[in-house]
Amino acid sequence: MKSKRLGIEQVASFLRDGMTIMYGGFMGNGTPPRLMQAILDSGVKDLTMIGDDTAFLDASRGPEGVGLLVRNKRIKKLITCHIGLNKEAQRQMIAGEMEIELIPIGTLAERIRAAGSGLGGVLTPTGVGTSVGEARQDITINGKKFDQKQTININGRDFLLELPLTAELALLEAVKADTFGNLVYYRSMRNHNPLMALAAQTVIVEAHEVVEVGTIDPDHVMTPGILIDHIVYPA
Amino acid sequence: MTQEMSAKEFIARRIALELKDGDVVNLGIGLPTLVANYLPEGVHLTLHSENGFLAIGPVPKDIPPVGKPRTVNAGGNPCSILPHGSTFDTSISFALMRGGHLDACVLGGLQVAENGDLANWMIPGKNVPGMGGAMDLAVGAKSVIVAMEHTNNGEKKILKKCNLPLTVKSRVSVLVTEKALFRFHDGKMVLEEFAPGVSVEEIRAETEAAFTVSDKLKEMVISQTGL
Repeated sequence: MKSKRLGIEQVASFLRDGMTIMYGGFMGNGTPPRLMQAILDSGVKDLTMIGDDTAFLDASRGPEGVGLLVRNKRIKKLITCHIGLNKEAQRQMIAGEMEIELIPIGTLAERIRAAGSGLGGVLTPTGVGTSVGEARQDITINGKKFDQKQTININGRDFLLELPLTAELALLEAVKADTFGNLVYYRSMRNHNPLMALAAQTVIVEAHEVVEVGTIDPDHVMTPGILIDHIVYPA
Repeated sequence: MTQEMSAKEFIARRIALELKDGDVVNLGIGLPTLVANYLPEGVHLTLHSENGFLAIGPVPKDIPPVGKPRTVNAGGNPCSILPHGSTFDTSISFALMRGGHLDACVLGGLQVAENGDLANWMIPGKNVPGMGGAMDLAVGAKSVIVAMEHTNNGEKKILKKCNLPLTVKSRVSVLVTEKALFRFHDGKMVLEEFAPGVSVEEIRAETEAAFTVSDKLKEMVISQTGL
């Protein structure tokens, strides 16, 4: 079988200006730090990044996560849920230097899951009657064009139709991978990682440890190896 | 309210009495987190952490350095997981919220309206942190408890209609301030408790929203844990 091992210096060959990238992690916990650094080092810009939040600006509190790319102005558009603990992200949004689309976390997760699961969208009660429901989302249903999110009433309850969210590349962090790409995550570091593994054209994981196939019990695999294209081994 | 106790602590102590032993609860960041400090003896909650686990435990003695695998809460701060806990991805974590599997959530508030609308996630042009998990929590938890100071430097926050962007429509179950406790019954707001030394007239004067006064109106009792 072809090796999935990828040198960190080879990551740049998957990157280009203006591309769309999903990053795992929640407050930087579960965001692959070396892959974020590899994006910065490659020099690419005008990226659309999709992920939970912009983590901490203060490196003593936690990992910087995607904040590294915010601080170095590599991002054109960020689709995320929370930027409250990163003053630089807030500053860039208010100054109009970076476009930020804020969406609820549950909606982010389900839009990613929908893309990776072959679903045409999801219906969620979250955001009904709020500005989330008024956001622009071009869509054609039965030949009719809509330029706002659709509210659909089912048995007396309103739901928002949320569309799938996909990316060219997903960057994950796992505590353990086998050489086939079967993954194990640690505690709170799992978060969006398994969902993003389903939803991007190319999936690269940064693993803290890589073991031979057969080492991880199949019952303990959290992301099936068939979803993983490339594995960056520990430094 | 005693002179020494802050409004925030008073509110947290009252909310601590709303929760029952065995409840599965999500506590928001800030004032809501304080509630866990004041639970009465014998009341044990399973706390949900929206970043993907159940049964939040204390800060560990040896915190792994940044870069090493570690467990953090939804605020990104190191914590542990109690023995009955479990971990999962974000899809399951938010299914627990929207699917009605949480007994209660405690959220901070900027404004609450008389029909149970809540605004708590942004002040346009001033502070736009993002809604995070607040909208999903408020939509799905069986009981939505809002912890909020009654006014903001004299400005009313309990309104006929919120003028800040909403977090959720008509989902607030209980609103606790340092002056009053309101419950929402079928979209109507009812004053059920007043803080010691606070009159109904004072509450009316500081509340724009229309509310009725319960025929079981009583003085608020708070958790004495640790006092």
